[in-house]
Amino acid sequence: MPNPFYDRDIVSIRDFTRNDLEYVFSATDKIRSLEASEKSELGKGRTLGYIFYEPSTRTRMSFEAAMASLGGSSIGISDLKSSSVEKGESLADTIRVIDLYSDIIVLRHPMDGSSRFAAELSKNPVINAGSGSEEHPTQALLDLYTILKEKGRIDGLSIAIVGDLKYGRTVYSLLYGLTNYKVNVHLVAPPLLQIRKESIYEVHSKLRIQEHSTLDEILPELDVIYVTRIQKERFPDLQEYEKVRGTYTIDTSTLAKAKPDVSVMHPLPRMDEISHSVDSTKNAVYFRQAGYGKELRAAVLALMLNEKPF
Amino acid sequence: MSDTSQLLVRRIRDGTVIDHIEPGKALVVLRALNITGREGNVITVALNVPSSKHGKKDIIKVENRFLETDETNKLALIAPHATINIIKDYRLVEKRKILLPDSIVGIFKCPNLKCISNSGEEIRSSIDIIDKEKLVLKCRYCTRTLSTDELIF
Ligand SMILES: [Zn+2]
Repeated sequence: MPNPFYDRDIVSIRDFTRNDLEYVFSATDKIRSLEASEKSELGKGRTLGYIFYEPSTRTRMSFEAAMASLGGSSIGISDLKSSSVEKGESLADTIRVIDLYSDIIVLRHPMDGSSRFAAELSKNPVINAGSGSEEHPTQALLDLYTILKEKGRIDGLSIAIVGDLKYGRTVYSLLYGLTNYKVNVHLVAPPLLQIRKESIYEVHSKLRIQEHSTLDEILPELDVIYVTRIQKERFPDLQEYEKVRGTYTIDTSTLAKAKPDVSVMHPLPRMDEISHSVDSTKNAVYFRQAGYGKELRAAVLALMLNEKPF
Repeated sequence: MSDTSQLLVRRIRDGTVIDHIEPGKALVVLRALNITGREGNVITVALNVPSSKHGKKDIIKVENRFLETDETNKLALIAPHATINIIKDYRLVEKRKILLPDSIVGIFKCPNLKCISNSGEEIRSSIDIIDKEKLVLKCRYCTRTLSTDELIF
C-alpha cells in the first residue's frame, strides 16, 4: 500500500480510511522499534512550523518532541501576546508566512474549520492540532492507537465517552475515527453538554450510539471509559456546574462496579474527573496514552515527510 | 399555470414568472434574488395560491427582467421545486427547473458563529448539499449540517 500520509494534510480524521489508520498504527510500532540514530534520519534538516492561537503546552510539546526525535527542528508562535497576530494580522497572512519557513504546519485555532482554511492557503501540508470545538485528529489517532495497544483490538468493544460532549473537539474526532470499526458507543453527558447532532449526521449510519445521562447503568459492560473535562465556563450558573461535576467522577468505587480490565482514558489535562486514587490502578491508561502520543506523532510526521520512511 | 392563478395574477408581456414556489417562501425568494422594486418595474407577488400539484404555492412575476440561470439557481435551497418561465411578447420562450447544485459558494452564511467562514478572513462561504432528497446541507469549513431554514443571507 502506498504511504497515504505523504505530503497530505491532516485536517480531519474523516479524510482517512481504516486502512490509512492501520497504516499509521503500524508505522507507530515501527518508530517505537527504531534506534534513536535511525529515527533521527527521518526528519533531518526539516522544519515543523507551529502556530497556537490557544494556549497549549501538551500538544505543542508532543509535536516538538516528536519532530526532535526525527532529527528535525520546530519553530513557531505560541505566545500570541508578543506576535503580529496580536496586532491583528489575519490567519491567512500568518499561514502564508510560516509556509515559507517550514515543511509542515501545525495549527491550533479557536474557530471551527480554521485548519481546512489554512490547508487551502498553504503549499506545505497542515496538521490540525485543534480547531475550535470541531476536531483534533492527531489526538484521536493516538486515542485509537492506545485502545489498540491496551485492548489488542478495537472491533467489538463497548466504549463510553463521558463529560463535555458538546464542546470537546477530541470527542468528535474520536467518534469519527471509531466509525471505521464495529464498536458500541455510549455517550454520557449532562443535558447541557450533550453531543451536537449537527456534527454527527453521518456518524449515525456507521456507528451504534446510545446516549445516557449517567454512567452507572452501563458500567458493567464497558471495555473503555474515555473521560473528558467538564469546564466550569460552559455553565451559565455555578450551581449547575457543581451539581454535574461530581456525577461523572471516576474513582475506585466506580471501578468496583466495572469490568476488572476496564481501561480509563483521558486526553489530559484532567481536573477532578478522575480521582487520584485511580492513578495507581492497572485501569489507569491516561499517562501511557500521553506517551503513545509522542510516538504516534513522530510516525505521522515521518510519513508526511518521507514517501518511503522505512 | 392553473386557471385559478391566471385569475389571481395578470399576464405579463415581458419578464420572468417564478412559479411553484413553496408557500410562504416568496418574500425570501425576492430577497435572495435582490428584487427590491427600486428599478421601478412591476413586480407581482401572490402568496398561498391554490395549486393542483402541491396544494398551495407562491408565485412571483417580475416584469421587464429576464433572470439568468445562475441567478435562479440560487433558489435551489429556498424554493427547490420552483419553475422559471421566461416570457417575451406574452409568449413562454423558456421554461426551466431549478437545478440543485452539489454546493453553493459565496451566497449564504454559515449559521455557526464560531465558523472560520464568519471570521472576517478572506474566505467565501461554501455550503455542500449532502442529501438532495431531504435537503441536508453541510458547511465545508465547520462541517456542521444544517437545514435550509438555518441559512443566513
Ligand atoms: Zn461553518
